Amino acid sequence: MYQLALSRMREFYREPEAVFWVFGFPIVLAFALGLAFRNTGPGKLQVGVVVGAGDSALAATLASPRLVATVLDTATARLRLKTGRVALLVVPGDPVVYRYDSTRTESGLARLEVDDVLQRARGRTDLVAVRDDRAVAPGSRYIDYLIPGLLGMNLLGSGIWGVGFSVVQARQRKLLKRYMATPMRRSHYLLSFILSRLVFLIVEVVALVGFGWLLFGVAVRGSFASLGGITLLGSFAFAGLGLLVASRAKTIEGVSGLMNLVMLPMWILSGTFFSYSRFPNAMIPFVKALPLTALNDALRAVMIDGAAITTLGIPIAIVVAWGAVSFVIALKIFRWR
Amino acid sequence: MAVAGLDLTVGAGECFGLLGPNGAGKTTTIEILEGLTVPDSGEVEILGTPWRDGAAGRALRERLGIQLQETQLADKLQVGEVLALFRSFYRQSHTVDEVLALVELEEKRKARVVTLSGGQKQRLAVACALVSKPELLFLDEPTTGLDPQSRRQLWEIIRRFRADGGTVLLTTHYMEEAERLCDRVAIMDHGKVIALGTPRELIASLGAEHVIEFAVGDGTPADLTDGVRGLGGVTAVRPGVGGVGLSLTVIELHRALPALLALLQQRRLELSSLTTHHATLDDVFVALTGRQLRDT
Repeated sequence: MYQLALSRMREFYREPEAVFWVFGFPIVLAFALGLAFRNTGPGKLQVGVVVGAGDSALAATLASPRLVATVLDTATARLRLKTGRVALLVVPGDPVVYRYDSTRTESGLARLEVDDVLQRARGRTDLVAVRDDRAVAPGSRYIDYLIPGLLGMNLLGSGIWGVGFSVVQARQRKLLKRYMATPMRRSHYLLSFILSRLVFLIVEVVALVGFGWLLFGVAVRGSFASLGGITLLGSFAFAGLGLLVASRAKTIEGVSGLMNLVMLPMWILSGTFFSYSRFPNAMIPFVKALPLTALNDALRAVMIDGAAITTLGIPIAIVVAWGAVSFVIALKIFRWR
Repeated sequence: MAVAGLDLTVGAGECFGLLGPNGAGKTTTIEILEGLTVPDSGEVEILGTPWRDGAAGRALRERLGIQLQETQLADKLQVGEVLALFRSFYRQSHTVDEVLALVELEEKRKARVVTLSGGQKQRLAVACALVSKPELLFLDEPTTGLDPQSRRQLWEIIRRFRADGGTVLLTTHYMEEAERLCDRVAIMDHGKVIALGTPRELIASLGAEHVIEFAVGDGTPADLTDGVRGLGGVTAVRPGVGGVGLSLTVIELHRALPALLALLQQRRLELSSLTTHHATLDDVFVALTGRQLRDT
């Protein structure tokens, strides 16, 4: 079995493309998304002042620490609002008109900010004394949210691809049949996948978590033991799922389709890039029952909230159940030749 | 592909060949014997035990060496690594170096499988079968598609294995290979054994030692067959390959050939081709089925 696992690993690391997709790609993705969504504070809101009587005076009034106001002619102003380059248009006159899209969060903010600045400039006085106490909550950045999700997605992808492709390739090349002609135990063959996954798992987790920590300072707030335990269970569950996907397929094309069928819904639904709470309430229980959702939740609980593995009973049970059930079914229906 | 009514016994130390054209059921037969295909009915005993699942089956597999027709080993692995992997399945086995020496691939130990030539790949496949020090070796078309030199190398490997007391069961559609390697052969066609015996016996069953094949210029006149049959030393007359010309089996070539030429001279027929050869298993197959082995 050691030899089987060893040759599995050799076949993998001698395939440079596979190495890139499993290790390199998630890191590139994390890097790109981390840059795009890095926290630079709320930033200044862009607002437009439409040409009219007193437009430049109004723009000067609005210029404040939170706002940038530009005077624009009517056509340009309309275009910029439509394309989202300004959050809000101010039309001078009496009354002053705020033109904006109320479904955009940014526009709502701009509406409040502009009104506040304008009213104060015209002499409104605050009735209650207030003081801002700004604090940065740890783990609240997008990259903090993203890294555990990418880790989960990576475990899903490498589990299903890694196992699925090797099994179907061995079957297609009649290698599976050749193994059946030896005294090799069938369970050893399947377990060798789990074993080699274990080794790759360590590399994957260290690479991605290490990358997040070095470049973006994404810390692991829970214990590394909890993180290790959860990734281990997740990886086994996905290896089981990979075996199930590959248990009958005879061709690489066939198994590719099945893999996408399994993985695509989870990529979208399981809260890798954005929170699944955005989906309608009726869908949430279904989404939560997916193994990747459960894994992502557990990973975030450990990395962001610092939870211990022992407090994550439900998501862990879901992950383990998926793994165990698919492994058992895979064993039952596996096509050995 | 179906096989029916096969009744074969292979003795210890023997080299037994299953011969026949593609689709004759050779692979099905050998895979049933190897325990890879479960027969619909009938009994198989290997080394005195029937196939069973679990530990008994594995114990039997320890004693077998199997090469399958279509196996493609992992491209990215080195030759030595592939053998180390197969070696790990067995309790008792040759070392990687020993088995590499058996198939003369020592210098390819570090080469990746993908870089091997067809003949080398086939020798590696046989090495995987030999690594377990088997008592019984199954080879399914070990030399199909190989060049003559690679084929001879494989024959040499098989001879050495037999010299050490091993038993071999092989399939082939090369009659020449069967004649050289096998003690006994079973000729198969359409899933049935149509002849069984030593190559010498089978050739002798033709009742002649030589074959003359000839064709005449403007097609064979209908009455020529009877004329040829009456010649001294001719034991049988059949239509030639693809219906062109005639094929004669003869006892005494030195009498039959001049007589044939004299007959053609007398009939004023012009020869367009004439060949003679020692009778082979190919001729046995043609005699039994009326078809040529290779084109079917």
